[in-house]
Amino acid sequence: MSKASPLVGILALQGDVREHEAALCDLGARSKEIRRPSDLEGIDALVLPGGESTTLSMLMLSSGLVQPMTELLKSNLPVLGTCAGMILLASDIEDGRPDQISFGLLDISVRRNGFGRQVSSFEEDLEFDGSDVPMRAIFIRAPLVTRKGEDVEVLAYGSFGGSSAQVPVALRQGNVMATAFHPELTHDGRVHGELLKMCVSVERSSTGSTR
Amino acid sequence: METTSSNGSNPETGTYRVKRGLAEMLRGGVIMDVVNAEQAKIAEDAGAVSVMALERVPSDIRRDGGVARMSDPSLIEGIKEAVTIPVMAKARIGHFVEAQVLQALEVDYIDESEVLTPADEDYHIDKWEFSVPFVCGATNLGEALRRISEGAAMIRSKGEAGTGNVVEAVRHLRSILGDIGRLQAAKPEELFGWAKELRAPYDLVSEVAQGGRLPVPLFCAGGLATPADAALAMQLGAEAVFVGSGIFKSSDPSTMAKAIVEATAHFRDPHIIAKVSRGLGDAMRGDDLRDISVRMAERGW
Repeated sequence: MSKASPLVGILALQGDVREHEAALCDLGARSKEIRRPSDLEGIDALVLPGGESTTLSMLMLSSGLVQPMTELLKSNLPVLGTCAGMILLASDIEDGRPDQISFGLLDISVRRNGFGRQVSSFEEDLEFDGSDVPMRAIFIRAPLVTRKGEDVEVLAYGSFGGSSAQVPVALRQGNVMATAFHPELTHDGRVHGELLKMCVSVERSSTGSTR
Repeated sequence: METTSSNGSNPETGTYRVKRGLAEMLRGGVIMDVVNAEQAKIAEDAGAVSVMALERVPSDIRRDGGVARMSDPSLIEGIKEAVTIPVMAKARIGHFVEAQVLQALEVDYIDESEVLTPADEDYHIDKWEFSVPFVCGATNLGEALRRISEGAAMIRSKGEAGTGNVVEAVRHLRSILGDIGRLQAAKPEELFGWAKELRAPYDLVSEVAQGGRLPVPLFCAGGLATPADAALAMQLGAEAVFVGSGIFKSSDPSTMAKAIVEATAHFRDPHIIAKVSRGLGDAMRGDDLRDISVRMAERGW
């Protein structure tokens, strides 16, 4: 069965869901809000939005979403996590709460609010995936990647601590992509575009081509 | 996990997008008033997206009378250390030095709040001067747009704080959202008249007419006391809720807090609201608006 455009589920328990919907709509994709397990049916990809990762964890547990989402993600469903979403995907959360959920699909360590409090939140231009068109990136109490595994590809580096130090702020491992910043807050479709490309690749692999 | 390079990008802090961005991330969540680190932990454990650090919840301010001011910095610092979620704190209307102190303390949002006793009867704080974002209360669209023109990065409908009575919150939300709907239907030439009537800058009036929403997130505050109250505010069009006295003046704060978080996330699902509303114990007692002498919502202009 061929599809007109991919259907992307957006975890909609809390956070900036509307902006992700708009970003996907701009690229011609369809989106669907995910609040309970039955909402997961038929999605081709998943977005974990910005928000508070502790709140999202609690609400995913009480909504019975953790188990079905884990199964879907383990079956190689393309996923994008931004900010709080990156924390939910990380294999290791340095200062998370003991009851915090992590799908552990992206082999990185993150430190929540690693860039500091809101006064240190910032925006800057990044070089994304080797492109010479700068990508404006907004970091809000962003998570800091403190370690990355060998299989994790860095799509963009960003500033850290006002020095020339550069830290990974956009990463990909297979069908899992995460950003410490909020591509949904700027009108730059490249990050969401990458997610949609993964949907196409998945379809290809199911019909036998290589990936 | 650091490498060095010089790609020449200049990180900018305190931009309007960065200020508004935090408010966007709090959408769909519950911001809870807390008066000490222990309450802040309970709020975080219950799934609050943020806490408001203050010395007395509004119902106690109402009961005690006197002048209500910014909280003691050591109280705010204690709460900041206790939780990992964003911490907000209140400054008096027009008291820009209290706001400077709160910025120096690195709170994540400053609430220029009518719950405290106003310091200036003519001017609100010039919020553009600060890198920490501000939330301000509003009872109607004109007031909301005046606060935004002064630099507020989030608006909350005022309601009547400390009463446990949702009626004013509903009135203010309906007023703001009703006028946004009327602006959307207005003809372009009518917007000049609207700007005059709302006593708000034409550019903001025009932006609201085109976008169909405020240029910053609209949250609801003032009198919410139950999970159903929170869901009511969300169904009316609020994007998140502040709950003040309603949690820690209830008989079982932790359970009430969790229930309000669930009801806010699932605000269109009456089955979930019913489930979390069972066996909550007593909500705060609450006041009929005819029985209160101070209307906090009338502070600010």
